[in-house]
Amino acid sequence: MKNPIFVLWLIVAALLTFVLARLVDNAYFYFAGYVVLQYIVLATAWNILGGYTGYVNFGIPAFIALGAYSTVVLHKTTSLPLIVMMIVGGIVSGLVGVGTGYLTLRLRGTFFSIATLAMAVVMQTLVTNWAFVGGSRGAYIIRPATVQYLGMNYIEYLFLMMLGLCVLSVGVARAIEKSRLGYGFATIRDDELAAEASGVPTLRLKLIACGLSGGFMGMAGAPLPYYVTYLDPASAFSLSYAVNTIAMPLIGGTSSWLGPILGAILLGTLQQVATVTISSAWSLLIVGVMLVVFVVAAPKGIIGWFWK
Amino acid sequence: MSATDPILQVAGLGKRFGGFVALADIELEVARGERLGLIGPNGSGKSTLVNCLAGTLRNEAGTVRFEGKLLDGAPAHLRTRAGLSRTFQLPRPFGTLTLAENLRVPILYAVQTREGGSRLNIEDRCRALLDTVGLADKAARLPKDLTQIEMRKLELARAMAAEPRLLIADEAMAGLSHGEVDDILALLVRLNEQQGITIIMIEHIMRAVLSFSQRLVVLVAGRKIADGDPQDVVRQQDVVAAYLGS
Repeated sequence: MKNPIFVLWLIVAALLTFVLARLVDNAYFYFAGYVVLQYIVLATAWNILGGYTGYVNFGIPAFIALGAYSTVVLHKTTSLPLIVMMIVGGIVSGLVGVGTGYLTLRLRGTFFSIATLAMAVVMQTLVTNWAFVGGSRGAYIIRPATVQYLGMNYIEYLFLMMLGLCVLSVGVARAIEKSRLGYGFATIRDDELAAEASGVPTLRLKLIACGLSGGFMGMAGAPLPYYVTYLDPASAFSLSYAVNTIAMPLIGGTSSWLGPILGAILLGTLQQVATVTISSAWSLLIVGVMLVVFVVAAPKGIIGWFWK
Repeated sequence: MSATDPILQVAGLGKRFGGFVALADIELEVARGERLGLIGPNGSGKSTLVNCLAGTLRNEAGTVRFEGKLLDGAPAHLRTRAGLSRTFQLPRPFGTLTLAENLRVPILYAVQTREGGSRLNIEDRCRALLDTVGLADKAARLPKDLTQIEMRKLELARAMAAEPRLLIADEAMAGLSHGEVDDILALLVRLNEQQGITIIMIEHIMRAVLSFSQRLVVLVAGRKIADGDPQDVVRQQDVVAAYLGS
């Protein structure tokens, strides 16, 4: 399928999801659905670096928080529309992604992962000590009740924006896969020395992957302050973002754009259901159990069952 | 730059790993279209030299010029794009890509970057290359399905896919049977004679090296001890001593 046609199908799927949400007509559905959609974007973004090039990034919370705190700053200083804030959050996160990548990509395997984790700790310390965005006390964001020009509830609007971001991120991930860039990413995952010997500029490609991955995470994090209305460093930098975001592509399968979506829908939905029916503490346990089961039973994830 | 200028000039090249001197003061010129054999006992620095030429390792001393241009500090991918390809001693295929896709990579990144656009149909080109090394029927398979010998052929095909003007074959024939060695030899000679590709062959199989090389260079303990006509070189006293002991 050609990429433009694929994106059209994505848009159709997104619209159907939105229509479904309107039919359910329950505010909680939007709140729960938003989280699942957010994880589709996060898992897809993580997979661009982690799945395609094989560099496992543990610093996910830092990129989300960068997007979120960009919004906090913009909210306090300007009255820009949310979509601009998402773009700004994406750019900030993307640039930090490229910068972190430049400093850490000489490290391989576990060492890279630990460096990204350290980066998240550094970021959290900085934000915790930055009084303008609330410091350790956190920041309150008063969200408008409705969006006038669309005539919808604000949570519906957030849901719709995240749906749009899903289309964008999945569209980009799919377009990369069988492109020149995608082949370059795959060679980095398989063997960097051989990649260089085949003419692949490995450092530049890794920076592109870091930028795209970090950028989409930042965009996904940008609406977060409006969703939670109270943002503090401890929750913005929550480790559960990292655990979930890594678990989802691993469960769905990292070799294709479809894997992160399947993982995010499955795990995200289960967690939301568990939070309501049992308790929120159970949702992380579910991730752990699922991860162990899949590592043992389906090392290539759900999509690994269906093709090679 | 005229056609008679050497394609590769190595001057005073040195490489050390900590206190160990792997290469010292290597001088080497390779003429355009030449077939050069490079031999030496294990640990003599052959692969280190290849790595320094290809940019996988950085040499601390000396210079490498390719077609007159200084390569110092240039990363490996730029050298490949410039027309200097190498095979790895131990095959390093891209494990998650099919054989055809393995060859697609240097076409996308080396050939198309060099020449711009798509002069050739990539699918056809991959198939033709696989055909040349006798792997056409496995185009859609993954490297893990290959035997060690087929992997070496894939390694060679991938280096050829970058359309080099200088090809460094690092033990492309190790472990191959008599007949297979002849196949690869014939392939390399064909590349050299028909397409004018300069080839440096590193090899332990003396029969192959002697029949292939127009000139032979011998490395021992990181130093060049002989350089000349293959038949003369293998009779040289210190070369014999290095291989058989004095």
